[in-house]
Amino acid sequence: MIAAILGGETQLFHELIRPHERSVYLMALSYMKNEADAEDVAQEAFVRAYRNLASFRAESKFSTWLISITLNEARTRLRRKALVPMDSIDTPPDEDQHVSPALLRDWREIPSEAAERGEIRKLLQEAIACLPDIYREVFLLRDVEEMNINETAAALNISIPSVKVRLHRARMMLQKQLAPQLKAATQQSKRRWFPWS
Amino acid sequence: MVIDCKHVWNFISDYIDGTLSEEAKTDVQKHLAHCEICSAILDSTRNVIILTADDHVFELPVGFSERLHARIDLELKEVSG
Repeated sequence: MIAAILGGETQLFHELIRPHERSVYLMALSYMKNEADAEDVAQEAFVRAYRNLASFRAESKFSTWLISITLNEARTRLRRKALVPMDSIDTPPDEDQHVSPALLRDWREIPSEAAERGEIRKLLQEAIACLPDIYREVFLLRDVEEMNINETAAALNISIPSVKVRLHRARMMLQKQLAPQLKAATQQSKRRWFPWS
Repeated sequence: MVIDCKHVWNFISDYIDGTLSEEAKTDVQKHLAHCEICSAILDSTRNVIILTADDHVFELPVGFSERLHARIDLELKEVSG
């Protein structure tokens, strides 16, 4: 399809990018922290991808190429605005630090329908937003966008062992924060739904 | 090999992804069989991963697609014109 677009069938670009709208927007949102700026960055990333389509190398995946354009665009904007320190570039968190999980005695599975509820959704979004950049970007690509390890490493331009270590830390950090919160939230709502129980 | 809780915590992510060696996987499973704390950590981590992967957690803003494709149209016209 890319060859056809470069050959003049430019309208096909709409179809090419459709499957990637969400992942590009998510990566932009994870850096910009607000919907309006994230949308702006996402649009700009797609426009840049179009302008630079001729430089896309067939040996990489289009999705990982798009993500790296998006990250560049988001980082450039943040640097320009100097909104937040770039902890992923300037001060990498200590990669050797250990993350201890939240200790619980039992865990009652929370069904995935719970993610539709506003309060649960907010807890999940906030916990992911609180992760340091280098852990959040790996977690979003691997566990939210479900990219594989190789694709994630390529999109972020990091090694495969780094993807594994960062993903593990991200998951442990999220478990530590979310497990007690989710437990409390679902217990509370159960009481609300069934006041007699 | 008998492993303690802290070892198991280090293996949780690989255990979930199925990327542990057979030997390490057996060690973890033996530990999980009698440790309810590590079992709860594993279950809650797995549960958190499933919940965050739900499409409802991160939704595109209303009209995002329409605005994006309108912008792309502008770009296509600009380049071809």
